[in-house]
Amino acid sequence: MRGRRARERRKAWLLVAPLSIGLVLFLVLPCLGVVAMAFSDWHLGQENIGFAGLDNFSELANDAVFRRSALNTIIYALSVTPLSVLLGLMLALLIESSTLGRAFFRSAFFLPVISTTVAMAIVWEFLLHPSLGPVNALIAALGLPRQGFLNDAALVLPTLAGIGIWENTGYNMVLVMAGLKAIPQDLYDAAAVDGAHRPWERFWTVTLPLLGPTLVFVVVISFLRSFRVFETVAAITQGGPRRASEVILFTIYQEGFVFFRIGYASALTVAFVVVLFALTLVKFRFLDRRVHYG
Amino acid sequence: MNCRAILRLALLIGLVVLFLAPYAYMLGFSVKPASEIFGGSLSPLPTSFAGFANYVGVIQRRPLLLHLANGAVVCAGILFFQLLFALPCAYALAKLRFAGREAVFGLVLFGLLIPIQVTALPIYAGFAGLRLLDTYGALIVPFVSSAFAVFLFRQFFRSIPDEMIDAARLDGLGEISILVRVVLPLTLPAATAFGIFSVVSHWNDLFWPLIVVRSPELNTPPLGLLAFRSAEAGDRYGELMAATVLVTAPLILVFLVAQRRFVEGISLGALKG
Repeated sequence: MRGRRARERRKAWLLVAPLSIGLVLFLVLPCLGVVAMAFSDWHLGQENIGFAGLDNFSELANDAVFRRSALNTIIYALSVTPLSVLLGLMLALLIESSTLGRAFFRSAFFLPVISTTVAMAIVWEFLLHPSLGPVNALIAALGLPRQGFLNDAALVLPTLAGIGIWENTGYNMVLVMAGLKAIPQDLYDAAAVDGAHRPWERFWTVTLPLLGPTLVFVVVISFLRSFRVFETVAAITQGGPRRASEVILFTIYQEGFVFFRIGYASALTVAFVVVLFALTLVKFRFLDRRVHYG
Repeated sequence: MNCRAILRLALLIGLVVLFLAPYAYMLGFSVKPASEIFGGSLSPLPTSFAGFANYVGVIQRRPLLLHLANGAVVCAGILFFQLLFALPCAYALAKLRFAGREAVFGLVLFGLLIPIQVTALPIYAGFAGLRLLDTYGALIVPFVSSAFAVFLFRQFFRSIPDEMIDAARLDGLGEISILVRVVLPLTLPAATAFGIFSVVSHWNDLFWPLIVVRSPELNTPPLGLLAFRSAEAGDRYGELMAATVLVTAPLILVFLVAQRRFVEGISLGALKG
């Protein structure tokens, strides 16, 4: 019997070894590395790496680009999250309220989620083109002045947020749908017995309270996703014009992989992770609660 | 049909038209001749058809097919190794007892929280030191040990009753043949959902390929599109739209065939950080 146990143990180690080694090499060591590098003055290509103490972090605190970038990212996430969650919730309720066209509508609104973001960003850039784009053709046909949606510093962030909403709504919609399925039909029957007959009454007395944890979960997920906006910015605006669409991941990308300021980019990454961790903790608290309802 | 049903349909149809408009224009402009595009028209429908010229033009003048093939190689490579490493590990975590199990699982949970953007700098510096940048390996290797895959499959394996595995052991099967012959066939739905999640994420990814790829021959589909766009600087919109169609079409076509599985697979991603 002891022999069998020992054999089982050896086999288990064999089974977990490849993945564990991979996680150590590509997760644990890089995480330690990024923290260590945040305290260095390393430029890629530079031979000697010096200890920089908190220099990178004090630079970060005084860096106008970083401040702009952090603010833009927060504004973007705070615009995309509420609108895409509300729209997603509305679509989920509308679509699930009848079987007519249900599968078609669900797939149609989900399509942007699986479409290659870079490709769709290029399509949007064309749609919004000041002289050739159909959006401006429509605006001009209505007798209004054409807009440089992506070249105007005042319009670029709201425009990117609009594209973000288009991209994320379908995702939030299917998450809400999953939450709706978990609400037992008995509760609607009970509410009907208690006199809640109209759809609005059912929504306020049953759907919304029971969907609460799901919605908080969806809000956090959506915020996390939009906080990591990168593709549309990298593909269309490169942070411009005049840094009006500079966002955190794009700043990290430029500092680290274009200017090769590894030390400073690492400090930016550490700041970014702190926010991600805080949000993820909130998410898992609500995930647990959601499981209990389910 | 009552009033409420009509209102529902009207709202949904209105929104669908809005949401699908970019696709209509993408398709429409991919078959429009340049003269019509530079006229700045509002309608997505072409008056004369130049689809052949646009699609053939983009394939002949740009290595787009190579970029699509690169995307397929990278996605297949990543998924193959993810499954190869994650399935055994998840099985051991779910069904076997051994010292260090908690530690490995802790590592997996930690991995769920960390996106590639966090580990990118040190991995990049390491690859640069080893002269591995700008290779297929650099595009694939950082993703092969997927904590997310282990987490999903462990969850799934725990739902398989121990009695079934004990019975196989009594029949004299070793752990590895139990995994291959008893457990894996049951895993197919979970593996499909994960596979969709993985392929969609990596086909569409821009961040990591943008960092490690230097030579145009290695471009993944998103990189190929960006290269095309900056090379032509807005002269060949019809061809550019044809290229975006070719890049988005593979996933969309599979999605239309397997909609339920897609929704399932992609919404799994909500568990990940």
